[in-house]
Amino acid sequence: MSFTKNLMNGTNFDADSLNALQKVTLRAVVMAFLFYGLVAIEGMIMRMVLTGPANPLPKMFSHPEHFFSIMTVHPIVGIFGSTYQLVFAAFMFLVPYLTKKPLYSVKLANAVWLLITIGTALAWIAAFVWQYAPLYTLYWPLPADTAQFQVIGGIVFIVGVALIMIGTLGFIYNIYATIFARVGVHKNKTTKELLISGFGIDGMLNLWHKLTGRPPYSKEPALALPVVAIFRGTVDTFLDAIVILSAGILVLVYLVFDASGAPLSVAAVDALLYKNYFWWGLDLVADGLVLIYVAGSWYLLATLITGQKLFMENVARAALMLELLVSWMVWSHHLLADQGQPEMMKLISGEMVTAFELLTQGLALFITLVTLWKARPLKMTYELKYLLGGLVGFGLAVPAAIIQADMGMNRVLHNTQWIIGAHVHIALIVGLYMTLYSAVYVLWPIVTNNTELYSKKLSNAHFWLHLVGGIGMGAFMGMAGLDGMLRRHLYVNGEYNTMMILAAVCGMMLLIAWALFLLNIIMSVGIKGLIGIFMPAKDPTASYGLEEELEPADDPAFAK
Amino acid sequence: MTFSNSAELLSFHWVAYSIYSLLIISVIVWFGYNLTRKEKVKSIVRIPFYGYIGFLVAMGVGHHIFTYNAIPWVSQDITRESITPDATYTFEIEDHKWVNMPKKVTVQCGQTIKFNVQSHDLVYGFGLFRQDGSLVMQMQVNPGTDVNGILDPNDILWTFNHNGLFNVMSTEYSGPDAYDENGSSVMFVKNWLEVTGCKEEGGKK
Repeated sequence: MSFTKNLMNGTNFDADSLNALQKVTLRAVVMAFLFYGLVAIEGMIMRMVLTGPANPLPKMFSHPEHFFSIMTVHPIVGIFGSTYQLVFAAFMFLVPYLTKKPLYSVKLANAVWLLITIGTALAWIAAFVWQYAPLYTLYWPLPADTAQFQVIGGIVFIVGVALIMIGTLGFIYNIYATIFARVGVHKNKTTKELLISGFGIDGMLNLWHKLTGRPPYSKEPALALPVVAIFRGTVDTFLDAIVILSAGILVLVYLVFDASGAPLSVAAVDALLYKNYFWWGLDLVADGLVLIYVAGSWYLLATLITGQKLFMENVARAALMLELLVSWMVWSHHLLADQGQPEMMKLISGEMVTAFELLTQGLALFITLVTLWKARPLKMTYELKYLLGGLVGFGLAVPAAIIQADMGMNRVLHNTQWIIGAHVHIALIVGLYMTLYSAVYVLWPIVTNNTELYSKKLSNAHFWLHLVGGIGMGAFMGMAGLDGMLRRHLYVNGEYNTMMILAAVCGMMLLIAWALFLLNIIMSVGIKGLIGIFMPAKDPTASYGLEEELEPADDPAFAK
Repeated sequence: MTFSNSAELLSFHWVAYSIYSLLIISVIVWFGYNLTRKEKVKSIVRIPFYGYIGFLVAMGVGHHIFTYNAIPWVSQDITRESITPDATYTFEIEDHKWVNMPKKVTVQCGQTIKFNVQSHDLVYGFGLFRQDGSLVMQMQVNPGTDVNGILDPNDILWTFNHNGLFNVMSTEYSGPDAYDENGSSVMFVKNWLEVTGCKEEGGKK
């Protein structure tokens, strides 16, 4: 087939053959990867600016207003517009697929991707048009500082973030309504049984029964392990959404009062208390839902790739329960440089409880590796390659986090490029995205009805460019951090330009990797297919591989 | 083992983490290679589950015990209320400007100095940098007042064991007004602090 024909029609993709669940999943996936491209371009702009005055970009990118506007929306687009969308899409497909039940509401799933897309676009517009730039940390009272930012920019930004959070709440409702729907295999399960399984308590009780020589508490847990991880991680997603939403409302109130000509005193809100509250919520993303969702994804991918049961499943279930408690108590590691923060909180929450993440994530790594090892020999498929890449990413990023969550180390690492490079970018780009790409390759035939991928060479090039680019960029940023380069600072004179040039080269590899991946996907589904994904589904089925069933939301039996 | 300044700590950290990174990447590459081999692979080491868990716990806890004993500013930071400094410098930040800040500070080798920085408006940072741009130390500077309207303290104790001329800069983003039109920080103060009287390798003469 010629290039043009492939570009228009894809390989053998037929958008009309997709049911409602498949279509809504793919819509969110498409938006997620478009936002990923945007975030990669934003990242490259910042990388280029930091290489120094010889960079080829127009001078406007080096202006503080412009530079920090990009820095403000970069994580919003990356975390919410791309990662949240991709994860939500995967889970709104996987929960019905794994529980063999229909999704509670496809309409709600459509609302979720639309709300997150519009919200992300609004936040981006606020930064682009009005250069609203308080950064994602929103340290009080900067987001309400109308001496530096226009009120309209702030309002549009906060409304955008609020829409993202409302979309997030919609996802949460859809997931729990699907899990708790007493239809199909869960027809005879009680809410209590589903709750116990969802929190991983059955795994803990099974372990306890084994230790005390009794028969297992539950031979067949009500929920599959990946669903337990989704259930658990979604608790943190909910708490995080509430915190961000409430912080947004606070900022909005101040901005509206300011616009009305009767500004409120920003001193009425204690900056350190606000920091604690906001970081508690924000950290539930980094140290809560991401780690738990990733662990669940590893378990799922390992079992799907090997076709075997997970090694030490009860321990894995119990560990997810432990992660619940740990993720609620670790936020103080973000405040180790705040001298007003009580020392005991720094010591217990910031250091000791945070160190537990080495244990919980180390366990997930161990269980995944042993599950794979027991099934050898395995074919080195794309799914497996990306999964191993994801394991490398977290193998690098989690110890980096534990090192910096230390009162001694933090004094010289806090707010440096080490944090955002060696820890955050390697965790997200290598750890999380490699895991998500593995899931994409596993789910691709299921969600697209066995559409052939256009090119294996492009997939291979994407893998290596993404892996080497991701690790390289994080590493060079980290090294610049050790040389004293700050993470939220503008350097226009090429102060750390050796490391920044190397980081920019690696960043360019990431950008090219994304372009190759996108090309491969477009050539597989075709532009017509891409448009077809956004057309209404002819088949309203909200499940996969089941006889046609009504969505529980529309099922009168469910309503009873 | 004790680090006499943050430069030594950063060098040690660079080497230790680089070795670890190469090790974990090599392990996963080795693992991936052996996953695909048809013949039975003999493990180089057999890792018992409880041994692995014990190792993770030891690493998580041991890291903090090591740094507490090897990095002098940790215990100094925790007990700073009971330590009498050799000198105290209190100054403020308002509207991205240092207020009441001494033009230059000279410190004798081995002296412990208390810096108390207060903010009138936004969250800032206080960081000391060497001439090569590496970080000596930093802290966050949060705004706020007590019930009497007195600015909240943000204080740090630091003992200087090496000669040098250090620059000051805010280490926290406080909005684009912290930069001039050319993108240079307006809160950067060159050669603000000088330490004298140390031996070349550090420590009092």
